[in-house]
Amino acid sequence: MRFVDEYRDADKARALAARIAALCEPGRQYRFMEVCGGHTHTIYKHGLEDYLPETVTLVHGPGCPVCVIPMGRVDDAVHIARQSEVILTSFGDMMRVPGGEGSFFDAKANGADIRMVYSPLDALKLARQHPDRHVVFMAIGFETTAPSTAMTVLRAAAEGITNFSVFCNHVTIIPAIKAILDSPDLRLDGFLGPGHVSTVIGARPYEFIAAEYGKPLVVAGFEPLDLLQSIYLLLKQLSEGRAEVENQYRRVVPWDGNPVALRAVAEVMELRPYFEWRGLGFISHSALRVRDTYAAFDAERRFTVPGVRVADPKSCQCGEVLKGVLKPWECKVFGTACTPETPIGTCMVSPEGACAAYYNFGRFTRSRVKEATAR
Amino acid sequence: MCLGIPGEVVEVLSDRPDLAMVDVSGVRRAINIGLLTEDPPKAGEWVLVHVGFALSKIDEAEARSALEFLESLGQAYADELAALRESRIE
Repeated sequence: MRFVDEYRDADKARALAARIAALCEPGRQYRFMEVCGGHTHTIYKHGLEDYLPETVTLVHGPGCPVCVIPMGRVDDAVHIARQSEVILTSFGDMMRVPGGEGSFFDAKANGADIRMVYSPLDALKLARQHPDRHVVFMAIGFETTAPSTAMTVLRAAAEGITNFSVFCNHVTIIPAIKAILDSPDLRLDGFLGPGHVSTVIGARPYEFIAAEYGKPLVVAGFEPLDLLQSIYLLLKQLSEGRAEVENQYRRVVPWDGNPVALRAVAEVMELRPYFEWRGLGFISHSALRVRDTYAAFDAERRFTVPGVRVADPKSCQCGEVLKGVLKPWECKVFGTACTPETPIGTCMVSPEGACAAYYNFGRFTRSRVKEATAR
Repeated sequence: MCLGIPGEVVEVLSDRPDLAMVDVSGVRRAINIGLLTEDPPKAGEWVLVHVGFALSKIDEAEARSALEFLESLGQAYADELAALRESRIE
């Protein structure tokens, strides 16, 4: 297939690895955060760390939309799903995410009508097919996904559909990156910028990271060579004393993003004053809710939700993993009490979660086992 | 879920201008192209598909120039290795 295989060529990867190694200053440690969970997935699926010098560490960021949903929001969604008229629809990734009172799968087993969909448009289709029921779409995701939800609401409004609403949990990436930059327990040398979020918001919103924090950021694609090239570009900037925003993923990401998508989101949604992120806590202006104009499509207004804050289980260290402070395998329950089948924390659920990526692709190498047991 | 997959536009549906048939890894599906109204994709062009929507057009010229860069790196590396093999430092 085009636009995929070309970026998986092992010879080119080795050539890039040699360039990367040549750019590293002897004795200097480099720590780059890949903000997006999709990148984390590629890194472990293709074993990219094996191509990097030991002095280059990739730190996993908070960009896994499933991982950052706090437990209380899962409980709120389950509460909505328990209303007899409701069909709750969700992306498959969300189904296993544990809330304080179990996951969507648990609620489904207990009689709630919860169905998996590929697209919010599938949820709208269900609403058309079941005029006697009310279909709620569990909307999650960063700026990549928010336009799809917004377009679906606009479509529902245009068609005059009255039995469809969204439970809006869309989050925005910039406040999360800012929270990480302001966090005292993390030292980073640069960022691999989220490629698909950037198709919507463009590369411009990251400029403050270079200008105010002096850190380079390279918007990166999702194939192995995309990521290696982006790491090369970060190291090149550092070696030349530059801190800029660069766009490695130009084949997909326009510098100014997608104005149609941004307009659709702005039409239907507005920023919440604050929102709780799993692991990162409350971050102001970091999430979206449905505007008054579209109140009829807002599940939070149609149904009363408990809105109870549920603390993460004590043994779960997803918070530290999401902030990049802990590597997945450093968590006390990684691979023992917490596995993809019976996850305790969200990072083990989504394919984009750092723990699931480590677990599924077996990147728990002998040296790391040694390091872990020595602790 | 946040993954985007490249697909080739096979046909824009004449009765539904917001939909296009897109071939993603051999699977043909109707995809909403309502987010690309400023520069609608035509048959033969590639788009990035995410949860049923085409998010962005894939720019073939940019894709080619990125690959050329990677090729050139590979070439430089191969040249360097060849030169190393030739060298006899004494």
